[in-house]
Amino acid sequence: METLIEFFTFQYPNIKYVVFGTILLSISSAVVGCFTFIKKKSLVGDVISHAVLPGICLSFLATGSKDPFFLIIGAFISGWLSILVMDAIIQNTKIKEDAATGLSLSVFFGVGILLMTYIQHSGNASQSGLDTFLFGKAAALVGKDLLAFSIIAVIVLLTVLLFYKEFKLISFDPQFAKVIGLPIRRLEMILTSITVLAVVTGIQAVGVVLMAAMLITPAAAARFWTNRLSRMILLSSAFGAFSGISGAFISYSAPSMPTGPWMVMILSVIALVSFFFAPGKGILIRQWRRFSIRRQLLEENLLKTFYRIGENSGEHFNTVAIDDLQLVRNFSPAQLTKGLRKLLVNGYVSRNNNSWFLTNEGFEKGKRITRLHRLWELYLTKYLRIAPDHVHEDADTIEHVITPELEARLEKLLEYPTSDPHHSEIPK
Amino acid sequence: MSNSFVKQVDNPVLEIHDLTVSYDKKPVLWGIDLSIPAGSICGIIGPNGAGKSTLIKAIMDLVDMNSGYVKLFDQTLDEVRKRVSYVPQRESVDWDFPASVLDVVLMGRYANLGLFKNPRKADKEAAMKALEMVGMDKYSKRQISQLSGGQQQRVFLARALTQNADIYFLDEPFAGVDAATEKAIFKILQNLSKEGKTIIVVHHDLQSVETYFEWVILLNLRLVASGPTPEVFTPSLLEETYGGKLTLLTEVGELVQQGEFKAREKQ
Repeated sequence: METLIEFFTFQYPNIKYVVFGTILLSISSAVVGCFTFIKKKSLVGDVISHAVLPGICLSFLATGSKDPFFLIIGAFISGWLSILVMDAIIQNTKIKEDAATGLSLSVFFGVGILLMTYIQHSGNASQSGLDTFLFGKAAALVGKDLLAFSIIAVIVLLTVLLFYKEFKLISFDPQFAKVIGLPIRRLEMILTSITVLAVVTGIQAVGVVLMAAMLITPAAAARFWTNRLSRMILLSSAFGAFSGISGAFISYSAPSMPTGPWMVMILSVIALVSFFFAPGKGILIRQWRRFSIRRQLLEENLLKTFYRIGENSGEHFNTVAIDDLQLVRNFSPAQLTKGLRKLLVNGYVSRNNNSWFLTNEGFEKGKRITRLHRLWELYLTKYLRIAPDHVHEDADTIEHVITPELEARLEKLLEYPTSDPHHSEIPK
Repeated sequence: MSNSFVKQVDNPVLEIHDLTVSYDKKPVLWGIDLSIPAGSICGIIGPNGAGKSTLIKAIMDLVDMNSGYVKLFDQTLDEVRKRVSYVPQRESVDWDFPASVLDVVLMGRYANLGLFKNPRKADKEAAMKALEMVGMDKYSKRQISQLSGGQQQRVFLARALTQNADIYFLDEPFAGVDAATEKAIFKILQNLSKEGKTIIVVHHDLQSVETYFEWVILLNLRLVASGPTPEVFTPSLLEETYGGKLTLLTEVGELVQQGEFKAREKQ
């Protein structure tokens, strides 16, 4: 608790730099990441982050300083070049996008490692710390870094704000964008530029290798929760900011813990949670839906069976033994126990020792399912010309699907029929 | 090509002159010359791979031309973009994109909005009106991934309608849509044509050509015919369009591609 207060009251200026720095760069990369994600260019972030390394080394060699502004300029140029190389490979050779991505990434990164090794062995005293770009150094951010990050974050966010609708259109339908006269080449250039900028700042915190996660993970997680681009971007930045604060806090309270990797860990947890729990698209909700449909099927099939037995005996509210149910339709003992209990709770059946009988509601529902089954059988034979002995299985599924509106239309279409293709009565 | 038939018109809304287009260095359209009269509903007909979509894309400046020019209303495309509307093939975009139906239709207004400005009330009203015209106003808030093929096509048409253009280019608007949608779309096109707008449609169902189109362009790598439907939609011209490719033309095209020749030497 004490640590928490210490941390959030920014008792040391260093904490402030780290917290705001990580938040700014997480938000920038989360926002541009949304666009690379919806454009299906997720790996572009990976290419850029690896390709900035030679730029950083060259600008250090040229200026002899580790001033973030110089390094960023070098990184920006080589990051851009890698994208141009990648596009040129795709356009002028038979090599496809995936291979071109890999080629551009590895060639630039190779040159970067080469230069870095050279610098490390050059005996230049000020070189130490340059290799933090490989793995990030979020916990060691200083005031000058923060200034650079702030400027870049403002540029990135303003650009997205200004060109939001244009970026949206070129991501969805670039051909249409071109036809209505948008300058798509320039817009693409701007979008690439802010992506490179976001990556260049991001790698200072998490390093080259984890940078792709900073771009794509918040966007992918946000996509699970919303179907609107604007909300996706907001949510994605919130995820990014949260990971920034948490990463900084964790490494503050446990100094052996690195900030950058923890940010990525937290983003991954957010993504996993979204993957499982997001409403609508989450795995859990979909499993639950599947489960409730199975339960609905079981209940309706039981009620239909009760109704069928009643039809045969002429008396719908007589007690029915479990064996009788199984004679008509093959339910497993587990299904019977579970299904009957559920029907009892919902008031569709009542119990008399080991026998069961329909309540009024149960009777009505069983009748409706039977009716839908037979209506559908009739429809299939009449309109799809399917032989009467082939329609039963199909109707067994569709009877659970038909809505009251469809039922009314079906009835009208079939001219309010009274019997199905097997001459069974269609109950009213 | 003794029986080819290309009728040129005076004051055309669309004039294509000596157009040659290559894909991946292989010529796919050779020396197209044609003109279309104002207010007509015109079908571009031809077998698969005949270059129908490419012709529209060349007119829309979406593919590079090796030679020739295109004029709309006797001007270049850049001068008249606001009078031109394009409905791409439905499959050309990813319908899983995070956007609602209204979002997509509003995109038709972006050209008039200009940079930095967000859609206003008038734009939303125009979009809703267009959705109403295509019978999709109830779906305006729906996520586009939940639409059927026919509904997607209606949304694309609505987006084009918000542009209030004078000439419409539609790439296979009837491909993979239900009969009701096809009928509804055609009705809208007919009404547009009655207002004096020109409609150009890539189409491949020969059955409906005579009902739908007043003007027909028959295409198979080269222009076979262009003219009023009764004069052009004849068994002999159809035979020439569909009766096997000109194998010589295809082979020469492949040689051009292999040798990386320029389809036309630029002068």
